[in-house]
Amino acid sequence: MRAFDYHQATDSEQAIEQAGRCRQAKYLGGGTNLVDLMRETVERPQALIDVTRLSHDIDETGDGGLKIGAAVTNAALAGDARVRSRYPLLARAILSGASAQIRNMATVGGNLLQRTRCAYFYDVATRCNKREPGSGCDALEGFHRYHAILGTSSSCIATHPSDMAVALVALVALEARVHLRGPDGERQLALTELYREPGERPDFETELQPEEVIVAVELPPLPMASRSEYRKVRDRASYAFALVSVASMVALDGDTIADARLALGGVGTKPWRAWRAEAALRGQPATEATLAAAVDAELAAAKPLPDNAFKIELARRTMIAELSRRITNARNGGDA
Amino acid sequence: MQWTINGQVRQAEVDFRTSLLDLLREQFQLSGTKKGCNQGACGACTVLVDGERINACLALAVQYQEREITTVEGLAEHGTLHPVQAAFVEHDGFQCGYCTPGQLCSAVGMIGELERDLPSAVTVDLATDEIEWNRDELRERMSGNLCRCGAYNGIADAIAASLGRELGEELGEELGEELGEELGEEIVR
Repeated sequence: MRAFDYHQATDSEQAIEQAGRCRQAKYLGGGTNLVDLMRETVERPQALIDVTRLSHDIDETGDGGLKIGAAVTNAALAGDARVRSRYPLLARAILSGASAQIRNMATVGGNLLQRTRCAYFYDVATRCNKREPGSGCDALEGFHRYHAILGTSSSCIATHPSDMAVALVALVALEARVHLRGPDGERQLALTELYREPGERPDFETELQPEEVIVAVELPPLPMASRSEYRKVRDRASYAFALVSVASMVALDGDTIADARLALGGVGTKPWRAWRAEAALRGQPATEATLAAAVDAELAAAKPLPDNAFKIELARRTMIAELSRRITNARNGGDA
Repeated sequence: MQWTINGQVRQAEVDFRTSLLDLLREQFQLSGTKKGCNQGACGACTVLVDGERINACLALAVQYQEREITTVEGLAEHGTLHPVQAAFVEHDGFQCGYCTPGQLCSAVGMIGELERDLPSAVTVDLATDEIEWNRDELRERMSGNLCRCGAYNGIADAIAASLGRELGEELGEELGEELGEELGEEIVR
């Protein structure tokens, strides 16, 4: 690990000011990803600005939504009674990720900005356009079983690793936003707009500007989210990244799908909101044919490689199974 | 810099790069906490910070100043083993012992989470304020601690037994029945 300076910020204003004074500063949350990357010299910041003393509050927004401080730990968020009853997909997604120890350390802001676990990104002896722009991508013809099939480019096929972010992008309506603060003040972005697809510059992963820090995530009131779920398919039953994960919720009007939200993990270069599938579900009869057509519409853009082609069928089946369950439960008026 | 470790205020000046794990082992000679993978994958370095379990290998010591840290050396009180430690001895919850300090601290932290009725990924109804306890819950909640000897059955028995004692009679009976059934099946076989 390279040597660095350390500063602790008590609020976002101080954090930005400290980051502005240091060269190549990085914000430090729980450290569960950044410390590891620094040990591998993938990350080489000259200063760390500790932002774990920023807001730990989960506040009511007044209209039934919640505003979550960036320093709230993953464990605290998943354990919050309001999150568990209003947004069960978010609690389940967080609890499906990492281990209890890591969830006690990891913060909301840090989770959103964690880096891919692509083995070639981690191994400084290999070529990686995300780590060294223009160097090439050894994953394309290497071992890419865990890699993405959606949103990929000829420069990068790395998967975004966050379960929490998949649940959050599923919740994004016009109101669901990440609150950012930078040298020029505060602004808000829809969570789906936070992440970029790799294109030719996989090193630019988000729309964050230099020195900008995440201060909060705001969840809209969303009645159908109380019957939402998150299902994660992986190589072992616990403590593994997703091969495919599905965040879903459905609202019915009689036998018609009035509204649906669908997001995918493990298959995208960013937390993947399945907009095409949703559009093909809305207003349609809640039948198997509708689900199959919607899922196929989403996966039509998938670009498989030899080792990860199985993800298309796995994603297809998991999405159909999950949507079917949401529909059955909506009909029965039961939970998730 | 200053930390409270096993109830004692300790001071040291260390490089910012020092992990909490290296601080404990190298500065304070508390070598009970083990370095396994050093990348947050195995749980051998699990310690308690303000009662909550974390991986000391991924924690920068500087970030944990002024916090209350408990290591395996701090679990026993006045020479008496912590109930979880005693249960590990009773149920053969280890073979080589390398993962044991992490398993012990993790189990103690996990019992605290259960007492607060916090859910896990396998909790069917996440909105419940009363967690129904079973073997699947235990295994899921301990999945951050690997044992390369494969002493998992003993570890699970030990934690189930100490949970039965700590979480009250009703829970203990439930677990007792489950364990009794397993034992019965084995005998029949």
